[in-house]
Amino acid sequence: MNSARTPTDWKGTAMQARIRRRYRSERAFKLAGLAAVILSAAFLAFLLVTMAWNGAGGFTRTEVALKLDFPAMALPVTPTQLRSPAADLALSGAGLKNAVETAGEGWVSDSAWMKVRDAIKADPSMLGRSQVIWLPASPAVEAEMRGGPDAGLEVHVLQSRGLVRTGFNLDFLTASNSTDPTAAGIWGALKGSLLTMLVTFLIAFPVGVLSAIYLEEYAARNRWTDLIEVSINNLAAVPSIIFGLLGLAVFLGTFSLFGHTIGPLFPRSAAVVGGLTLALMIMPVIVIASRNAIKAVPPSIRDAAYAVGASRVQVVFHHVLPLALPGILTGTIIGMARALGETAPLLLIGMRAFIVTPPEGFTDPSTVLPVQIFLWSDEVSRGFIEKTSAAIIVLLVFLLAMNGLAIYLRNKFETRW
Amino acid sequence: MTDRVPSSPKMSARGVNVSYGGTPAIQDVSIDIDMENVTAFIGPSGCGKSTFLRTLNRMNDTIPSAKVTGDITLDGEDIYSAAMDVVQLRARVGMVFQKPNPFPKSIFENVAYGPRIHGLAASRPDMEAIVERSLKRAGLWDEVKDRLSDSGTALSGGQQQRLCIARAIAVDPEVILMDEPCSALDPIATAKIEELIHELRGRYAIVVVTHNMQQAARVSQRTAFFHLGQLVEYGATDDIFTNPRQERTKDYITGRYG
Repeated sequence: MNSARTPTDWKGTAMQARIRRRYRSERAFKLAGLAAVILSAAFLAFLLVTMAWNGAGGFTRTEVALKLDFPAMALPVTPTQLRSPAADLALSGAGLKNAVETAGEGWVSDSAWMKVRDAIKADPSMLGRSQVIWLPASPAVEAEMRGGPDAGLEVHVLQSRGLVRTGFNLDFLTASNSTDPTAAGIWGALKGSLLTMLVTFLIAFPVGVLSAIYLEEYAARNRWTDLIEVSINNLAAVPSIIFGLLGLAVFLGTFSLFGHTIGPLFPRSAAVVGGLTLALMIMPVIVIASRNAIKAVPPSIRDAAYAVGASRVQVVFHHVLPLALPGILTGTIIGMARALGETAPLLLIGMRAFIVTPPEGFTDPSTVLPVQIFLWSDEVSRGFIEKTSAAIIVLLVFLLAMNGLAIYLRNKFETRW
Repeated sequence: MTDRVPSSPKMSARGVNVSYGGTPAIQDVSIDIDMENVTAFIGPSGCGKSTFLRTLNRMNDTIPSAKVTGDITLDGEDIYSAAMDVVQLRARVGMVFQKPNPFPKSIFENVAYGPRIHGLAASRPDMEAIVERSLKRAGLWDEVKDRLSDSGTALSGGQQQRLCIARAIAVDPEVILMDEPCSALDPIATAKIEELIHELRGRYAIVVVTHNMQQAARVSQRTAFFHLGQLVEYGATDDIFTNPRQERTKDYITGRYG
């Protein structure tokens, strides 16, 4: 070989400049990436700090010690009435609400009289004497305790006499919705979310995974399977509110035409309808993720199983599915997280109703956490601002718990080959 | 290592054609495989030797576009007939692949899987006996007997391939097909596999596909030379390598192409 080419000058200025440029662009790219990470972390931190700051108030409650002079109230109730099942009615009929409000002078909340009522029922002898009872403070007192505006209620005087206390509000986690922010709790919505997610998972996971297995392992590649594939990909991108309309039309509209046979299984505002609607919504996500996970299983493993005489079902369930499970679970987490945070389709099927009792079953009227957040954020009463943030914290904790479980399961099933 | 006189053939193919989506891969192949000899398929890349091997236990069924015509029999039974159960066929005609592909499970489970799905072991001690016997025949027992619960994928490449052979042996096949079993292995592991093939000869009908002509000469008693989808020549290995009848075989053996 006769080389007329001059040898490359690796030390020349042009080459050195090229090296410098390469290092510079690498540094710049690294910095840009780092900046992006810092920015997203900052947004997340900002969100969490704001929520924690605002929401902390939702988990605490101020109580006022109120001295109630029952003989002076002269409530027209008899001991017999108090022992009867109609005690609630008798006490409210006797004007207990007004009496407590008068005695409370704006310090206690609107629903405080219900606590008094329960206390009287527990101990009827109370009516014969003066009694100090700790009652939930009014929103104005709550706000002033947290350094809010002075409502002229002399809260500091109460405070100096030890008549005000602030503590953890267990009622927030055990009560349901209420028009009174001090009495409103998240349990009803939390339970509604749990039931809805259960329905969603039980429908979407098996149907989604089985569809994926069929499409990957059994279906012939032809025009029909192409059409199905395109449709599934499109469905994954359909706005959620469309699924709400679908749920409304199918589960509440069409199924109610069946009258007394299956109509009552699909009432309005119920977790079963919400769950089915969300299952329709996330099924495409699970199908796509599962198909990708199944595709990623090395063909050599399939060959190995076929070669020792495994049938197709055995190949799928003994080898392909266990290896694809981590990927399938990842897709399911994404879908379930989306379903948990979904509001729009549930509004359409009536899960935005004002519901004061937690749902007992799948067909009871219920609401879910994001809808509850939406409803509370719409309230004018000041106490609901904190409740909204507190509900967001509960939603995020729920989400973290769900994802944590899925990640735990995924790591448990993860096998390397 | 001489050519033993074959009894009646274990498997025989007559006029076999294979095409993938209309493109022919194998044309008019007729061959007999007997129990007593190791048969080697040699030929350049893409000549169809692996494709033909995969028709012998219907592994091509898993490829939708593959189409097989012609007759292939196992002990006189047509393996492509409706009466033949493909699952049973693959248990009777086992296969070892080019790249070692143990299941990502324990060594014990790798070997026990086949017997379990075919219900060959009545009890746990039965299964343990099958696993031990298979691993011993595959020459792997002494190396793994203390760590049967370790993952099969943690073994070295050569050990993995012997584990795959043990897995194929465990279901007690009549024929073992090996598709370039040593091409992913180092020379020492290759020597072990070749030694193993010698030991298994006679107990199973063995077909080995190989790129490596020295290997074919070392392990086989009968050799088939494939070229461009056709079976060019089939005969005793010694004859093929020392005295080929066909010009094409001679050119390949002497290294003119391939």
